[in-house]
Amino acid sequence: MSKWDVSDINQWKSDQFPRGAVIPTGGNSDEYVTGGWRSERPYRDDDKCTQCLLCWVFCPDTSAMVKDQKVYDFDLEHCKGCGICAHECPADAIEMVPEGCELPGVK
Amino acid sequence: MANIRELSDRADRLAGGHRLCAGCGASIAVRQVLLGAGETPVVAGCATGCLEVSTTIYPYTSWRTPFIHNAFENSAATISGVEAAFKGLKAAGKIPADKRVKFVAFGGDGGTYDIGLQSLSGAMERGHDMVYVCYDNGAYMNTGIQRSSATPFGAWATTSEVGAAHQGKEQRRKDLTSIIAAHNVPYAAQASVSHWKDLTDKAEKAFAVEGPAFINVLAPCPRGWRSKPESTIEIAKAAVQTGFWPLFEVVDGDWKQTVKVMNRKPIEEFLKSQGRFAHLFKPGNEGLLVEVQAEVDRYWEYVQNRCNCGQ
Amino acid sequence: MPTQKVVATTGNTMVAEAMRQCAPDVVPAYPITPQTTIVEEFAKFVAQGRVHTEYVTVESEHSAMSACVGASAAGARVMTATSSQGLALMWEELHIAAGLRLPIVMANANRALAAPINIHCDHSDIMGARDTGWIIYFAETAQEAYDNTIMALRVAEHPEVMLPAMSTLDGFITTHSIDRAELMDDESVKAFVGDYKPENALLDVENPTTHGSFSGLGGPYFEFKKSQRNAIDRSMAVIKDVGAEWTKLSGRPFDVIEGWGMEDAEYIIVAIGSTAGNARHVAREMRAEGVKAGVLKVRVFRPFPFAEIADAIKDAKAVAVLDRSESFGAEGGPLFLEVRSALYDHDKRPALVNYIYGLGGADVKLELMRRVFSDLVDIADGVIEPGRLVYLGAR
Repeated sequence: MSKWDVSDINQWKSDQFPRGAVIPTGGNSDEYVTGGWRSERPYRDDDKCTQCLLCWVFCPDTSAMVKDQKVYDFDLEHCKGCGICAHECPADAIEMVPEGCELPGVK
Repeated sequence: MANIRELSDRADRLAGGHRLCAGCGASIAVRQVLLGAGETPVVAGCATGCLEVSTTIYPYTSWRTPFIHNAFENSAATISGVEAAFKGLKAAGKIPADKRVKFVAFGGDGGTYDIGLQSLSGAMERGHDMVYVCYDNGAYMNTGIQRSSATPFGAWATTSEVGAAHQGKEQRRKDLTSIIAAHNVPYAAQASVSHWKDLTDKAEKAFAVEGPAFINVLAPCPRGWRSKPESTIEIAKAAVQTGFWPLFEVVDGDWKQTVKVMNRKPIEEFLKSQGRFAHLFKPGNEGLLVEVQAEVDRYWEYVQNRCNCGQ
Repeated sequence: MPTQKVVATTGNTMVAEAMRQCAPDVVPAYPITPQTTIVEEFAKFVAQGRVHTEYVTVESEHSAMSACVGASAAGARVMTATSSQGLALMWEELHIAAGLRLPIVMANANRALAAPINIHCDHSDIMGARDTGWIIYFAETAQEAYDNTIMALRVAEHPEVMLPAMSTLDGFITTHSIDRAELMDDESVKAFVGDYKPENALLDVENPTTHGSFSGLGGPYFEFKKSQRNAIDRSMAVIKDVGAEWTKLSGRPFDVIEGWGMEDAEYIIVAIGSTAGNARHVAREMRAEGVKAGVLKVRVFRPFPFAEIADAIKDAKAVAVLDRSESFGAEGGPLFLEVRSALYDHDKRPALVNYIYGLGGADVKLELMRRVFSDLVDIADGVIEPGRLVYLGAR
């Protein structure tokens, strides 16, 4: 499925839009950044993390990134900093740190 | 029934980049429900409301599945039409007879309990092979927290305000799950975003059933409940542990509690971190708090009786 | 070579037959007088296995059109039927079907809207839908109801159009009266309507799409409506082309407006539907008495054939527009307003008067038609002033 290019959508004439306001693709909200909403971001300590994957199953923004059944990062383009992951982590492995924080080792 | 690691291998069908609030219970509900569909292609529909509006702001969509929004009261009728098209096109020989597709209609409590009740009832009665999922956050949230028939007794909402003459919602909650169970559907259930294993198991069963299935999912709303975004799961858990939201399923008319709660906690454990119940803790409102507890107890006993009937 | 069978049957049966021959994949059905026998006949076809249609007995007309929207967006050919309160109940869905550009075809048995409740013919239900973006055909006879339904499907599904279309017929008068009609053979109709080729179908699961997105918050809603306007404007040519093709196949004439005695008419009645027949009957009598009477029937109301109508009537002395519905608070009924507007830019305009008639099934007696023609003669002769709106035959 080729990417639908909407970069110049504000210039499109009426008949350039797909008919009936259909969005002719799936999941392209990936391209819309909501990471700017947050004032805190999650920081996961890999040593404390038990890979229980609760942060993944509870994230409202599909922002706990998992590969081969292991969480490895947070999608900072979309994470809104709600803090559910940190709040629910049974191993206290996730901490919400202020956005823009430059602490060394912060992922 | 999959464990969490197996679930994590499945495609996540709701993309990030939607405009739902931080900490929104609805998107958690959708993610967990769609994980239950496994690898089978799914066509989803949604009633007008927070979920629909926030996931389909033109030109962006968060749905990795085919998706349709029609209007507010007709998510069930619309998806029943999609399901009918699937059958009709198979009968026409335009879709291979062995192709498998599942159909799911989402709606908030406003679009399901109230304005959507008729079209849900019709779709369930007609026996369409589809799943209906209500994300119950207990009010018309998208329009700014107005009460619905799902709003808890005693809760504040902008149309069940708190003041000297009246103190929040004066009616008891409608028991929608029982109403749908009374349609003799193969599967009806109540679930919560906090209990992901219970919810994903129920979603799997719902999708596997040939015929109509219904799941009512408790999905806290930090904005409307006046709670912290990080507490969404914690509050949903408290809803289950106080008996406010019993978790059960009805399989071919057979009621079964799927998550037992021993030593049910007092309802304050659910109410205390939500600003919409703050007035219940004010001096002079002790009687109201007793009524709230009594209503929770009544519904809890009712569900217990139905689940124990066969034993 | 098509074969056509002469039958004596009702307008509703002819519509049901047309639907059967169009072979819809889905028909959501809800009963309402006087449409009911359409869905009942179709149900018989389903039970007999004569159609492959998935027949969905919905629980209201709002759900009927909602299911139509879902099924059509899914990629199926969809048809249904309704009337009056049912049409009114699905009002928001009519706009949605057009806005989503779904080629749904619906038959409407034109019936008065409550209150007070009334089950008989008038055009208040259908005229209430005139701004919804649907293409609208009006039938005078059972034959036209059949022909219009089949043509409507071709037009709706045309890639240059992709708009929903209504094929309407007068409640009880056309729906239930036995009329002589010709039924074309199944194969010829099947070849005529062809196959529906959907784009962006929901059931194309390998290529997910989102239908019904939110286009507020500064989104291009305005541009989508402009596209819709362009589409309905384009549909006029398609309607005429499809009509010409059907004429070739059936031998029956079709035009968006159909005239009698219009070559040199001085006194014209403009009417919609079965009433055109009454007017024509009296016009023949008037001609025999030496009065140059003419009748102009509007067969397609949306898109409105404003240029064609203006051209047909501009040289007359006096014209009466008959409206079987009201537009309360407006200068006159819906047809009158549009005809008047169509004439505005012409230097030469006839006297134009409006008669509201037949509401709630009030009998359209021939003497009322005679009164209209006689009024037109008096107006043209300056004997009487063209009055404001006349309620023809009401006490």
